[in-house]
Amino acid sequence: MKKVCALIVDDSSVMRKIVERSLRQAGIDLSEVKEASNGAEALSVVTQGGVDLILCDINMPVMDGLEFLRQLQAVESAKSVPVVMITTEGNESHVVQALSVGARGYIRKPFTPDQVKQHVIPVLEKQ
Amino acid sequence: MKPADEIVISKPENWLPLLEQSVHEVFQIMLNSKLEPADQAQNDADPDDFTSMVGLAGDLCGVLTLRCTTKSALRMTSLMLGVDSDKPDEQMWDAIGEICNMIAGNFKNKLPGVGDRCMLSVPTVITGGDYSYHSLADAGRMEIRCSFEKELVIVALEIHS
Repeated sequence: MKKVCALIVDDSSVMRKIVERSLRQAGIDLSEVKEASNGAEALSVVTQGGVDLILCDINMPVMDGLEFLRQLQAVESAKSVPVVMITTEGNESHVVQALSVGARGYIRKPFTPDQVKQHVIPVLEKQ
Repeated sequence: MKPADEIVISKPENWLPLLEQSVHEVFQIMLNSKLEPADQAQNDADPDDFTSMVGLAGDLCGVLTLRCTTKSALRMTSLMLGVDSDKPDEQMWDAIGEICNMIAGNFKNKLPGVGDRCMLSVPTVITGGDYSYHSLADAGRMEIRCSFEKELVIVALEIHS
């Protein structure tokens, strides 16, 4: 698998570090890790290009993860970048909403590195 | 018609084991730590160095709190991040806020039909115990007292009718 530039979007800096560690433990070869603390920041980062994978929380201030997904679809250069949601909002309606606006995977917090591997590797393999 | 187990789970008086399971899962999965029941001495104690709070709104209204000592908050931060954390800082507040958030999310997701119509607030962390707390929750309170590496941690859920 080629090297991956990942964008991790979460309002908690601790969670961003845990997600990064989980990606490395899952055996994903990261060339770079970019971070954003809300959807608006994430849009700004992703439009600069170079991002191969996005891991995104839902509940965030300024712009939440579902609105980020909707707005990402309007960014021609970035709409094909795969997004996997990582969130405490694990109920069915949130999963359906996220998948309907373009998410490729959904991981519920709390999560293990194995769950990250199980959900992220197939998404990268399809790219 | 709802299945029998769903009807049983939908009653707040049956939620204590689900809350307990939610707390244990978060500590096990995110901190790789097995919680023990609080011992007799801990049952009379009140750790008040830090209080982390997450509000629930919607079909389930209330507030979930996690109270702990500085020592256990630092240890939780170290275990979450895999690095030593020796003094309280923003990272520690963030860590205990996230633990409280994950317990609240994990708990509501165990209640059939409730999780879809219940939102969580962002966490708030209070430092120190010299405060008065007046919750408008009026439909019951449940509390889990457990021992995390010999330090008392209290998780409580207060429910608004």
